[in-house]
Amino acid sequence: MAHLVLDRLTKRYADTAAVDQISLAIAPGEFVSLLGPSGCGKTTTLQMIAGFVEPTGGAVTLDGRDLLGVPAAKRGLGVVFQNYALFPHLTVAENVAFGLDMRKVPHAESRQRVDDVLALVGLVGMAGRYPVQMSGGQQQRVALARALVVRPALLLLDEPLSNLDAKLREEMQIELRRIQRATGITTLMVTHDQAEALALSDRVVVMQAGRIEQDAAPHEAYEHPASGFVCDFLGKANLFTVEGVDDARMAIGPLRIAVPESLASHARAGARVLVRPEKIAFGPPGEDHLSAVVKSRVFQGNHWLYQLDTPLGGVLVIRQNDGGLRPDEGEAVHLCWRAQDMRAVP
Amino acid sequence: MRSRRLAPYWLSAPALLVYAAFLVVPMGAIALISFQHFEFYGGIQPGFTLKNYAEVFGDGYYWEIFGRTFWIALVVTAACAILGTFEAIVLNRMENPWKGLFLMIVLGPLLISVVVRTLGWALLFGSTGLVNKGLALLGIDPVQFMYANIGVIVALTHVLVPFVVISVWASLQRIDPAVERAAVSLGAGRAAVLRRVIVPLAMPGILSGSVIVFALAASAFATPAIIGGRRLKVIATAAYDEFLNTLNWPLGASLAVLLLIVNIVVLQASNRMMERRYKAVFNEGGT
Repeated sequence: MAHLVLDRLTKRYADTAAVDQISLAIAPGEFVSLLGPSGCGKTTTLQMIAGFVEPTGGAVTLDGRDLLGVPAAKRGLGVVFQNYALFPHLTVAENVAFGLDMRKVPHAESRQRVDDVLALVGLVGMAGRYPVQMSGGQQQRVALARALVVRPALLLLDEPLSNLDAKLREEMQIELRRIQRATGITTLMVTHDQAEALALSDRVVVMQAGRIEQDAAPHEAYEHPASGFVCDFLGKANLFTVEGVDDARMAIGPLRIAVPESLASHARAGARVLVRPEKIAFGPPGEDHLSAVVKSRVFQGNHWLYQLDTPLGGVLVIRQNDGGLRPDEGEAVHLCWRAQDMRAVP
Repeated sequence: MRSRRLAPYWLSAPALLVYAAFLVVPMGAIALISFQHFEFYGGIQPGFTLKNYAEVFGDGYYWEIFGRTFWIALVVTAACAILGTFEAIVLNRMENPWKGLFLMIVLGPLLISVVVRTLGWALLFGSTGLVNKGLALLGIDPVQFMYANIGVIVALTHVLVPFVVISVWASLQRIDPAVERAAVSLGAGRAAVLRRVIVPLAMPGILSGSVIVFALAASAFATPAIIGGRRLKVIATAAYDEFLNTLNWPLGASLAVLLLIVNIVVLQASNRMMERRYKAVFNEGGT
């Protein structure tokens, strides 16, 4: 039973389509991310659902009820904005109570609900502060509390963590997931940060140029990208082109690799295959091992990022910092990977 | 090294010199004159006396003038604050070609000579003027605008409203459009967004514009002189008459000094109030 349904939702500006016939169904309690580069139409989609942008065509329904005919103020959705958009002239408690005031909730109940939601987001004792007196992370929590307190049918998050520094962002990701689970609220998040989308969502919807490229669970989308764009956008990717198939072996440059079962229907001349950098290891020379020279080696704490020159062009390799081999820049190495780690790219 | 350190002083010297020569010195002279004695046949006499101030404070005639001046200034300030705020909000929402055009129209009164503009109002206000003819068409009895408070108030509001518009406009520019959307998403209709979000956030602009309007309205000369005439005196026209008609410079000077003091007090008090009220909310006046 779908909760929020977008049916061929479209927004055109002059003759370019910012959002091109997007259809999407979200189940109650689900956390879905719209992921894509800037200009892919994800924010426009969110704004059409929130009622800030008038769609050119299509429909949006919430529990079967048409949403597009309802003015933004009457949609009863919770929206968290990229820059939080707190009311600077109101205290934290007044900010959070704003939606309750608009709904004419009695004073005593309003106070109780504000207290409860501030406890939920971890802002006990901050009710009397003004937004300028708070850190970015705290403002983010206020914005979330303000959206949640009205018990919206749907929570819309517009790049909610993009203004936070890296450490705080990770913390808030965990917080956001905890709060979403605790309230069970259906959530649609817009983000350009693939790590954020993979970490938080039940489902990732990758968008490009106003269209949906893939709609899948995070691990599924990462392991089995539906297009070249998705495999490049979600994580890092090495793409190789199959030059020909002969005797159940694929020719990729100098390599002759036995066609794995998963690629049986895909392997033919001109097909592209994906190998994730963390799936490639350094090994001894061999027929299906790729000779390479280390071009650069970057230490990133828990892993090393290698750029290598190979007969197939540049290849990225990520190795855990686990005490294994770590060849120097300029060193000649051999790369190997398991055949089943190769993915077909449509 | 030394010349480097002195450079700011050299650079600001011309402005300071002009300021001293054309503002501080004449003001000082006025203040001095206000403490001197006036002889009808002998003119200004040297010496120190508080007689002029005693005369102003002791005479109901001057109390009436002061009362009228600040009453007019208050009404004009209130009218400008209300009209100017709404003008700025409407202007801020207009699309671009219209925005520029209407901003020009709002600022227009400042581009016209005060005398020309006021005489224009005098033409409109006359008993057979356009305004009263219009009222007659609507079946309303003619209103006495000329030589009456109402005429002065309308004409002053017209010319001073741009000061509120400009300062409210600046406040509105600083409001994040997402804040308005946030209010809408929380269920606020147009009126609630205006009342609970836009106007409170524009309040520093409304107040600072109002202070300017009050100071200018209280010390206005040309408009009360032409519309109000000789009968309806305000402090500025009363001081002018003392200086140029009665030639009693010391009395005129004491009126001018008192007007200045009241203006400074009002300005300071409202600045203090604004700082106290908004310092916690707006970081250094901007967000």
